[in-house]
Amino acid sequence: MTFAGPKVRVRDLTKEYYVSTGGGTQVVNALNGISFDIRAGEFVALTGRSGCGKTTSLRIVLGLDEQTSGTVEIDGREVNGCGYDRGMVFQHAELLPWRTAIENIEFGLELKGVRKDERRSIANKMLDLVGLKKSADRRPYQLSGGMKQRVGLARALTTDPEVLLMDEPFGALDAQIREEMQTELLSLHEKTKKTVMFVTHDIDEAVLLSDRVVIFTPHGTIHEIVDINIPRPRNDPIGIRGTEEFQNKRYHIWRMLKLTDQRPADLAM
Amino acid sequence: MLDTTGTKQSAAPPPAARARARRRGFGASVPSSVITIASLVIMLAFWEIFGREINPIFASYPSEIFKAGVTMVEDGELFEAFIQSMKPLSLGYFIAAVVGIPLGLLTGRYRWAEAGLGMYVTAGYAMPLVALIPLFILWFGLGFAVKVAIVSVLAVFPIAINTWAGAKSVPRTLIELGKTYVGSDFQIMTKIIIPSTLPFIMVGLKLAVGRSIIAIVVAEFFTLLTGLGGIILKAGDSFDTARMFVPVVVLMALGIGLTWLVGWLEHKVAPWQRDIADSER
Ligand SMILES: Nc1ncnc2c1ncn2[C@@H]1O[C@H](COP(=O)(O)OP(=O)(O)OP(=O)(O)O)[C@@H](O)[C@H]1O
Ligand SMILES: [Mg+2]
Repeated sequence: MTFAGPKVRVRDLTKEYYVSTGGGTQVVNALNGISFDIRAGEFVALTGRSGCGKTTSLRIVLGLDEQTSGTVEIDGREVNGCGYDRGMVFQHAELLPWRTAIENIEFGLELKGVRKDERRSIANKMLDLVGLKKSADRRPYQLSGGMKQRVGLARALTTDPEVLLMDEPFGALDAQIREEMQTELLSLHEKTKKTVMFVTHDIDEAVLLSDRVVIFTPHGTIHEIVDINIPRPRNDPIGIRGTEEFQNKRYHIWRMLKLTDQRPADLAM
Repeated sequence: MLDTTGTKQSAAPPPAARARARRRGFGASVPSSVITIASLVIMLAFWEIFGREINPIFASYPSEIFKAGVTMVEDGELFEAFIQSMKPLSLGYFIAAVVGIPLGLLTGRYRWAEAGLGMYVTAGYAMPLVALIPLFILWFGLGFAVKVAIVSVLAVFPIAINTWAGAKSVPRTLIELGKTYVGSDFQIMTKIIIPSTLPFIMVGLKLAVGRSIIAIVVAEFFTLLTGLGGIILKAGDSFDTARMFVPVVVLMALGIGLTWLVGWLEHKVAPWQRDIADSER
């Protein structure tokens, strides 16, 4: 716990995927040497055009995929597979359809081997935290998109990960729910001080939530890492959107994305 | 038709049930049981009417079959034959489930198992296994064991092949969820693969009911003429067509009953399934 270095340390990460096509195998260079550090408690957003390697980076940090070369360290220890020090909120929640909300939230603890009464009480706390107390016994098909996303977030929090990885968690939500979720995430981050890696296509979201924004180029490298100097606690999202810092950073990131993009027509924003 | 009433009565909305029926199409307001019974009555009526026209050696009709059935029940013959058939049938079916489900789960989950076993499952499913019965008789004789073996072998493949398909169709993302929480192979199997595959397993178990019934009758034809299959064959040989139909009807009812039982079991072990699949109804 007294490790002085960065919480997450990524060095020269590369990832090649081999895709078999009609003619033979094609190599996709998803990541071409990515390096960055994340301090404990820092909120970092990853952004860039579709296919630039954001999900790939997240999955390697999570331990689901293995890099081709380079290193990922958490607290100075090299990542080798998944672990309870990291938690993931997936883009599409990934709830088990046969489990109720509370049972889904418990799932991580169940695999971890936590006793039933203990995991139920932790799950109940998380359910409360994400404001879903009334929907504890609903199954995923009875939940709205936003509710599912909250269940996914609650599940990720149960194992109390030090690093929270979030892959476009609000991408599928409508603007209003999305803003609600952003506010909730801000206050959650305030309370728990977790280290967060947050993938998003939404520049506003990136600036509003994070301390730094990592801008990817379309070919799996980092173009720039932008500091967002908006003080915390950020409990007034509406006011923040009006600040000069917000506007400037938002414009800057938008321009950088345009610049790095070789095919502007494809920029689906 | 309903359209005109709908537009005319737009000021006073039609009863809720009518409105629902209109939205959901024909027959939506009639209970399923009524439709089922009506269908049965019509079918039996046609059979009765046309069956009477035909020479009783070639066909029979419901009232005659019913009479034959009553006689067979009264002298205890039918019940005895039923039990004789049911014993190997249920044991064979049980063995098929106990072997077929794990076999399907393995082939669906592990590449080595699919490469090593998949082709046998496919072959076993597609092959006319009835052709092997003479061989089975050589191995197992003519008694109880051979019937159990025939039922198991015919029933195991639909169970295995459906379970296999189910285990293969488990979303990769759900398995990754298990890995994210450092789940063991066993946990991923029991907490993700099996619940996710359950609907497929149940389809396999339902198809296996039909296969088992075919299997037991064929087995009884081939072996000592016992059980319901034995009655069918003996009655057929003596041109007693009404009598022959009695066990056929019993077997049909058995098939429906057992399939219903599997459905009931499904609802017991996976109560969520009906909700997920049927949330529209
Ligand atoms: N399993 C895979 N097999 C082959 N290629 C892959 C695989 N996963 C990703 N890729 C490729 O790697 C590149 C990076 O993909 P990645 O999913 O990381 O992009 P992304 O930045 O998350 O995009 P998006 O914003 O659309 O989610 C893409 O070109 C993609 O086609
Ligand atoms: Mg992605």
